[in-house]
Amino acid sequence: MAKKKFVVGCFEDEAVLFPAVKKVRAAGYKIHDVYTPFAVHGLDHAMGLRETSLHTAGFIYGITGTTTALSCISWILTKDWPLNIGGKPHFALPAWIPIMFELTVLFAAVGMVLTFCYLCQLAPGVKKHHFHARATDDLFVMAIECTDTTNTDDLQAFLQSNGAIELSVQVAEEGWWFGRYDNENVPFQNKEIVAA
Amino acid sequence: MHLKYESQLREPLVSGNKNYRQVTEDIVRPIEAKPTRLWYVGFFIAVALLLFGVYSVYREVTYGIGEWNLNKTVGWGWDITNFVWWVGIGHAGTLISAILLLFRQGWRTGVNRAAEAMTIFAVMCAGQFPIFHMGRVWMAFFVLPYPNTRGPLWVNFNSPLLWDVFAISTYFTVSLLFWYSGLIPDFATVRDRAFTKLRKRLYGLASFGWTGSTKHWQRHESLSLVLAGLSTPLVLSVHTIVSFDFATSVIPGWHTTIFPPYFVAGAIFSGFAMVQTLMIIVRKVFAMEDYVTLGHIEAMNKVIVLTGSIVGIAYLTELFMGWYSQNKFEGYTFWYSRAYLFSPYGWSYWGMMACNVLSPQIFWSRKMRRNVFVTFFMSIIVNIGMWFERFVIIVTSLYRDYLPSSWSVYYSPTIWEMGFYAGTFGLFFTCFFLFAKYFPVIAIAEIKYVLKTTGDGYKDQMSAIEAQPLEAFVKDQTHHH
Repeated sequence: MAKKKFVVGCFEDEAVLFPAVKKVRAAGYKIHDVYTPFAVHGLDHAMGLRETSLHTAGFIYGITGTTTALSCISWILTKDWPLNIGGKPHFALPAWIPIMFELTVLFAAVGMVLTFCYLCQLAPGVKKHHFHARATDDLFVMAIECTDTTNTDDLQAFLQSNGAIELSVQVAEEGWWFGRYDNENVPFQNKEIVAA
Repeated sequence: MHLKYESQLREPLVSGNKNYRQVTEDIVRPIEAKPTRLWYVGFFIAVALLLFGVYSVYREVTYGIGEWNLNKTVGWGWDITNFVWWVGIGHAGTLISAILLLFRQGWRTGVNRAAEAMTIFAVMCAGQFPIFHMGRVWMAFFVLPYPNTRGPLWVNFNSPLLWDVFAISTYFTVSLLFWYSGLIPDFATVRDRAFTKLRKRLYGLASFGWTGSTKHWQRHESLSLVLAGLSTPLVLSVHTIVSFDFATSVIPGWHTTIFPPYFVAGAIFSGFAMVQTLMIIVRKVFAMEDYVTLGHIEAMNKVIVLTGSIVGIAYLTELFMGWYSQNKFEGYTFWYSRAYLFSPYGWSYWGMMACNVLSPQIFWSRKMRRNVFVTFFMSIIVNIGMWFERFVIIVTSLYRDYLPSSWSVYYSPTIWEMGFYAGTFGLFFTCFFLFAKYFPVIAIAEIKYVLKTTGDGYKDQMSAIEAQPLEAFVKDQTHHH
């Protein structure tokens, strides 16, 4: 696997992080990722990440569940083993609604969680490069990918002038998960960024 | 959208002027410290109860349902009472984490983790009862629709008991996924500050390699929101379906259309009471008073007085309909078997009324809502009352049949029936003690998320925002970064 060099800047406050993200992008650097201890709202937009389609996947899983329940029950109760219950219709849709609903929810939830784990490359035993141990505690950690021409000293000074309190240069290996390590963070809004 | 502004009139949800680091320290402390003697004592009591329960169930499986005092007409007794009781308790967790998330109730962050854990353990306990009630428990898998060599002979999809199989198992699975997906980032927090190799390894496994990447958080937010949206109708459906077990029958006292909303309200009522019992202990034992504040306790007490009163109205409606319908069997069940104090089970009806309807009314007083001792005492009273409710519904409708010759003798449980119930307490508390020791009992990342709007010490910054002219305020609050 190819190794890549990153300049890492840590920020203490999300209010400092936001303008820094804009300036770094405006200066033409490629932000690999920003690691945060909690979901910082609007950071995905600031980084130019596209919206996730996970909820669409959830909808598809959900209707799969509904269809599964309806088709299985109707086949079983009208074709495979029709029971005469007091002469009532074999196709008893109202009585099937509870199970159809439950399977909708079940399929949507299980499917979405598995998709989430697949997309985020999360599974028991997965080891990833952690740029800073406090990224899950109280620091907002920005990793900038270096190219051949990046001057790491300049970049570090630039980050520091924008409020980074801790800086480092790290070399990390690409991930192994179906080669998707980098693809997911490619921004799609490559419009011009004006520094705040 | 997330506002940076919250009115100063709202009381802080996190007291003690914390920063992000302190939040981590406070919540992870019980995991990193050695368990106290009190923890061991509690844990071993729970395990002892669990073992007694295992022995009771062993006897029931070996010698059959005859180990219980169920009889000719009282075919459901303590077992189904306990089943409904535990399922009801299991409703508060998902209500807190899902419905209150959709309603943007900030105070849920302090209690949602423990409430969801409670939900999962309560549903585990609930599931034992219908399974062992089957008698030949080794054939329990017959409830699943799978192609078999008996025809194939399928399960009856038109039966509420089968709806229950689907509802309870879906509810358990979805609650577990919701809970665990919220735990992943917090396990990563524990992992990244672990100073022992074993802890680093175990929490490393449990955290699935979480890094805190912005893209992952974005997906995580989407996942939480959709799971909340799915869980909201789910939580309502589960107790609705449990009430269908009764409401779709033709037994007087069960055959009523108000059962679904009445059961759901009762479930929320008992669930919140159990959350109060547990959170009052947890905040004291682990010194989490800054995160589970009196404000949280007050908010939950408001839910308790509301749902308790809804349940009260349901009881009165039933009595009214028992008379208004002029149906002899309904009238007999409601006005003799239940509401007449000197009928064989009249004591349980009035116990229920006193615990569920009358006593929670003290929570109209703000002073009482914010009193920890009163709340703790009331939380136990409410759960006793809710147990009586299920007992009343089941036993008083069953012990006198349409045919006086099959009226049963007075039903009371055997020691093994009670032992089974005690055993589920053991299971519940064994799980809860392990959870309290090894899991972050409060959602760390979610507390940090609301800290700067609702934390004590950040509140005063709101006056600066309030001083802005209106246009600037609107622009600032609606600005998408």
